[in-house]
Amino acid sequence: MHTHLGQQRHIGGRSAQARHPVGPEGQGLDTVVVALAGQPNVGKSTIFNVLTGLTQHVGNWPGKTVEQKTGHHLHQDHDLLFVDLPGTYSLSANSVEERIARDYIIKESPDVVVAVVDAAIPERSLYLLAELLLLPAPVVLVMNMMDVAEQEGILIETGVLQAALGIPVVPMVATRNEGVELMLDAIMSIVDGTFVYEPRRPTILATHQEVLAGLIALVTDYVPEPYPVPWVALKLLEGDEEIRGVVEELVPENVRQEIRAILHKHEDAVLDVAGARYAWIGRMVRAAVVRPKVGQVGLTSRLDTVLTHPFWGTLALLAALAGVFFLTYTVAGPVQGWLEDLLAQLAGGAVRWLSALGSPAWLSDLVSDGLIGGVGTVITFMPILAIFFATLGFLEDTGYLARAAYVTDRFMHMMGLHGKSFMPLLLGFGCNVPAVLGARIIESPRARLLTILLAPLVPCAAQMAVVTILGAAFFGNAAGVVVWSLVALNLVALAALGVVLNRFVLKGEPAVFIMELPLYHLPNTRTIGLYVWQNIVAFLQKAGSVILVASLVVWFLSYFPAAGDISQSYMARLGRAIEPLGRLMGLPWPVLVALLTSFVAKENTIATFGVLYGDFKAVLPTLLSGPAALALLVFQMLFVPCLATVAVMKQESGSWKWTAIGVGLLLVLSLVAGIAVYQIGSLL
Amino acid sequence: MVSLARLTPGKVGLVGSLEGGRRFVSRLAALGFTPGTPIQVVRNHGAGPIIVSVRGARIALGRGEARRIKVHLADVGA
Repeated sequence: MHTHLGQQRHIGGRSAQARHPVGPEGQGLDTVVVALAGQPNVGKSTIFNVLTGLTQHVGNWPGKTVEQKTGHHLHQDHDLLFVDLPGTYSLSANSVEERIARDYIIKESPDVVVAVVDAAIPERSLYLLAELLLLPAPVVLVMNMMDVAEQEGILIETGVLQAALGIPVVPMVATRNEGVELMLDAIMSIVDGTFVYEPRRPTILATHQEVLAGLIALVTDYVPEPYPVPWVALKLLEGDEEIRGVVEELVPENVRQEIRAILHKHEDAVLDVAGARYAWIGRMVRAAVVRPKVGQVGLTSRLDTVLTHPFWGTLALLAALAGVFFLTYTVAGPVQGWLEDLLAQLAGGAVRWLSALGSPAWLSDLVSDGLIGGVGTVITFMPILAIFFATLGFLEDTGYLARAAYVTDRFMHMMGLHGKSFMPLLLGFGCNVPAVLGARIIESPRARLLTILLAPLVPCAAQMAVVTILGAAFFGNAAGVVVWSLVALNLVALAALGVVLNRFVLKGEPAVFIMELPLYHLPNTRTIGLYVWQNIVAFLQKAGSVILVASLVVWFLSYFPAAGDISQSYMARLGRAIEPLGRLMGLPWPVLVALLTSFVAKENTIATFGVLYGDFKAVLPTLLSGPAALALLVFQMLFVPCLATVAVMKQESGSWKWTAIGVGLLLVLSLVAGIAVYQIGSLL
Repeated sequence: MVSLARLTPGKVGLVGSLEGGRRFVSRLAALGFTPGTPIQVVRNHGAGPIIVSVRGARIALGRGEARRIKVHLADVGA
């Protein structure tokens, strides 16, 4: 019966061998496994980045969509393997992150757990320590952001804290690389036993001692290795659903009934247990922490007076966004153009070289249009993505992003989202790919999925270029009004779809908005740099291959069987086959083909029109009536996202089903809107 | 007891009770919203989310969440 827990023992991702790898000279070299634990915003990832740099391995926790990072650091001939646990406020089963963190510590028993604490909010961030000390692994406490604490007027004597807790306590300013060596020494002092590890553990209220003892007695014979019995009993008392399920499965019926009776009687114990932990923290820090003088206003308070103000805060947000767009267009735009030129030259060179070798025409075309074109689509995304992640990383690392979420929360609520979804959606105006990727910052899986599904309705830069060009061709002087009405239509569609999905499709409780506003601090360039690097690598690995393959497929469909004559290609046949559908919108088949090719990249619509009609700006207005032209533009704006976006939608949602639903909804929406515009327009 | 959502900026309340599911209560308890803890309201515009200061940290709460936190009014402000 112990297998229920036992079978998951090695799921944590580290095999027994990893602990004893063979050293470079063939000698056995013991790897010390260190888990980094901490609440969100305590600077844990900065410490991890300082220690491990480019040795990092980024993957997922087994069976989970939560990112897992590990990395090595060599310290005095010892190989330290650092495992970055998800940032969590506690170790309850409230979220998948909390389960991952506690399962790892219990089942994989790392040699040392480093608990990272924000020195500027000592009580609150020590709460996780109070939980960690109940688990078997020895703990080293790191008081990070000592500089921010000082700036807020809080002074901490780590020596006093160490004496009170009985565990190593290290002061640190990770952004300035201060205290990192001290921490490594502290880790080794635990491993080699030179530090006498005698922690004072938190106790629960006297009124609950007896109940807890009763629970311990009841479960002690049934709790499987490696779970600590008192911890299991305490989690039961806290009402932990996961532990309760596990225990109920292992104990006989009479014990189950007894446990249920006790828990029913002490349903409110969770607040008392948490309260007792905070009381314990209060006793531990009493002598070690000096508070700011009354009336002293910290930097965060002063900045927040402006940045969370309903008017000035909104203005500041708009200024920040204007800055992001400015950077994207002045820095990424030219680099993108330069890359495109380079690729065009490369394609031209390849064609000349291939024809000099006497290769068939289709091969040249495959290499220049299919292969280099496909790689080009991937590569030209790089500058936009780099700028996007750099600015997002910067705003997040300073603590500003949480304020932007706060300021926009009220508007986002109408769609069942909250403030955290605003930033990714807004960046969709640049490109939908980073918009979908940016949904990662939303911790509620439901709100994250909803954001991913809605992001493609934000018109991207390429779509804007297409409607601007076509709008001018069809509507002349009225083009400006038409284009901005189309943008407004997309945003209305986004809000409406959000309301519908939220109320009728997505199950689960509405997202609860509880978000910490971290103290402001200077960003760390290394953290931002690694953030940009890892996200681009992940995009190249996952989305890149999909885009390349699909570009080749589209090339094949538009080249064969008529040796490059697109009007006789499979793509054209497909266009003719769906012409009845096009007729409902007043659109002939070549227009449908152009729209189909926009699936690879939105700007392809223009290129295909050029291939099919030559001077399409003059030809198209003579072919299409006013209502048909408007239907074309509406359809173009609402049509399914481009391939790169679909690829990241799959990557980020982890579900083909939801990706298909998202794409399908837009297909239906664009068809219905296109047909309605043409039919109603023709009646008028 | 009054709901936290009704406190004006600068006012301090002591946490009384949390009304909601086990998960909601557990999340807030971990963030330090335990009975008797002083909470100062930093921002409250009468609509939309509010910002409170609790145990040295600033927490933004949706209005719905703030309504489910009942507080006793403290005699002394700030």
